[in-house]
Amino acid sequence: MRKLFSFILMMGLLTFSLFVNAETSQEKGFRIAAKSDRMDNGFGTSIARLTMTLTNSAGDSTKRELEIKTLEKPNENVGDKSVTLFFTPPDVEGTALLSHAKILDSDDQWLYLPELARVKRISSSNKSGPFVGSEFAFEDLTAAELGKYSYEWLEEITLDGLKVDKIKQIPLYKRSGYTYLIAYIDKDINQFRKVEFFNRGGAHFKTLTISEFENYGGTIYRPMLQQMDNHLTGKSTTLLVEVYKFGVELNDNEFKSSALSQL
Amino acid sequence: MTMNLNLLHLVSCKAIVLFAIIISSAMANDLSFTPNVTTEFRYFPESPAYDGQFEYFQPSIYFGGEGRWVSKDRKKRVRFEPFLRLDLQDDERTHFDIRELSYLQRFNDFDLLIGNAQIFWGVAESRNVVDVINQFDEVENSDETDKLGQPLIRFGKYTDVGRFEIYYLPYFRERTFPGKDGRQRGPITVDLNNADYNQGRGKWAGDFALRYQHQIGQFDIGIHVFTGTARAPFLELNEEGTRLLPIYQKLTQSGLDIQWTWDAWLLKLEFVIADQSDDNFVSSALGFEYTFFDISDSGLDLGILVECLYDNRDETKTASTLFENDIFVGTRLSWNNFYESELLFGAIIDWETGSIFSSIEYERRIGENMKFEVEAQYLTANDTEPLAQFEHDSNLTLRLTRYF
Repeated sequence: MRKLFSFILMMGLLTFSLFVNAETSQEKGFRIAAKSDRMDNGFGTSIARLTMTLTNSAGDSTKRELEIKTLEKPNENVGDKSVTLFFTPPDVEGTALLSHAKILDSDDQWLYLPELARVKRISSSNKSGPFVGSEFAFEDLTAAELGKYSYEWLEEITLDGLKVDKIKQIPLYKRSGYTYLIAYIDKDINQFRKVEFFNRGGAHFKTLTISEFENYGGTIYRPMLQQMDNHLTGKSTTLLVEVYKFGVELNDNEFKSSALSQL
Repeated sequence: MTMNLNLLHLVSCKAIVLFAIIISSAMANDLSFTPNVTTEFRYFPESPAYDGQFEYFQPSIYFGGEGRWVSKDRKKRVRFEPFLRLDLQDDERTHFDIRELSYLQRFNDFDLLIGNAQIFWGVAESRNVVDVINQFDEVENSDETDKLGQPLIRFGKYTDVGRFEIYYLPYFRERTFPGKDGRQRGPITVDLNNADYNQGRGKWAGDFALRYQHQIGQFDIGIHVFTGTARAPFLELNEEGTRLLPIYQKLTQSGLDIQWTWDAWLLKLEFVIADQSDDNFVSSALGFEYTFFDISDSGLDLGILVECLYDNRDETKTASTLFENDIFVGTRLSWNNFYESELLFGAIIDWETGSIFSSIEYERRIGENMKFEVEAQYLTANDTEPLAQFEHDSNLTLRLTRYF
């Protein structure tokens, strides 16, 4: 009996080590991305105040102030819900976007137009287009759900003094403007530090630099600064967080389309 | 004039109450007000059709603003949106309105809205037959987009099977019309001081409405019932034959609005069955919107819109509508750039008579705090059509808005 047990144990260990050794670069890529994604589990709700600054190649810039409310859906197969409300520029003050993220299907989105007091369900098949004139595409700003990409681990390198895993991500959803992305996830706090975007022609045309991480308890981190540089046009957009609030009492009703007129 | 006094009284009472609310929540941490001023210049290239109408140029200026206070727990909100236009040509177009002055209180799954408010129902772009709460501010623009603030109390409730709303509208707002000097009117002007309410209804008769709305997957559905005074007046010639008297009739209607959103397609239906002044009629809009997004990676979006409008009311009994058996075609071009430039084109064509009401509009922001708009309206109509009265009134409008 004892012999049998140790045999089983040995076989088990053997299988396990075989399994570990046999982890493909795809599996490793997914494992690292999943670890990063799951770090964030349990944040519940958050409200962020942000300033988005758009700069053109001549150095002229314009600012947009916005607030993003997010309601976490704990199930990985269901996307989060969010409301983005604009305060400036003044001609779009009060405009709001409600998004119910989906994993592979298009998100459900509604736009609130304050001039007409109108809530309009909009098509979200626009993935690659620019978000309010910025260098961020719609697909860059929708919830970063794990299931939206396939993953491949490439190598481990040092980026700005940090040990990072370099991972290739291929979008699985339709109408992406990217053939693939190269993400750099650090080994210290498992956060995305940099993402390079490759367009339909395969050229590296945008780079997102993510920095100034702050800890909000446990394994929950948020970057205070994100900068997207477009190498083709010389334009850039920064997203600077002014305040993050977690654990705010947010009701699911606040994420229904009819609630957009109540902001 | 009595209307205006009543209104002022009503508005000032409400203003005091709301002010008290604002002051009492002394730590108004989230109070903002963004005033704006617009200079507008309208040009009518054709000579007027009727006596008294001005020629060619109509300069005006209007003041607006967007005020908002939200409590710290985000459950209370006050919105304030005043509007004042000063028009050099048409006295009736010089007018003041409180577009919005409302107090909203949210509880867990129900909410209460009290005050003067703007409510929008519907899914279509050319005409919203289900949008029945607010009166049109017709003197602003004949395209049925500007609406007067409506005094109301609304109780809303979220349930697992959708949202229910009950409206009580205590006070009726009469439609505005261009005066004797104004363009885009008929040969006889509307007598705004002698509106008549048939069936014993008056301004304070009160309207009720119920609305239900729900989202099921790709469908957004709304159903409503309204009983009260019709917003559109029946215009009757007075005994002397010199003025048109607006007669506000009793209306009971029920309606449905549905949008199906799939990929880049939006399919839309609005449908109303109405009973107004012994006439039963249906009014509907059915159409689609398709958008080509991010054309050749340029960021440019091109939307194509087509809608069929149908209305079988008896215009000898019921308030007429410019839009009966018409087809609407439109395009929307959005650059998605720094300045949020946008170009809209739309034409409503009567397939029976060939009458056309069309407009093209371009807008963009200038710098951080200015917006520029240019709009051209072109009208042509068969002489038997109500639209024929406006046939000399095609125009070009420039607007420049400064936000503070």
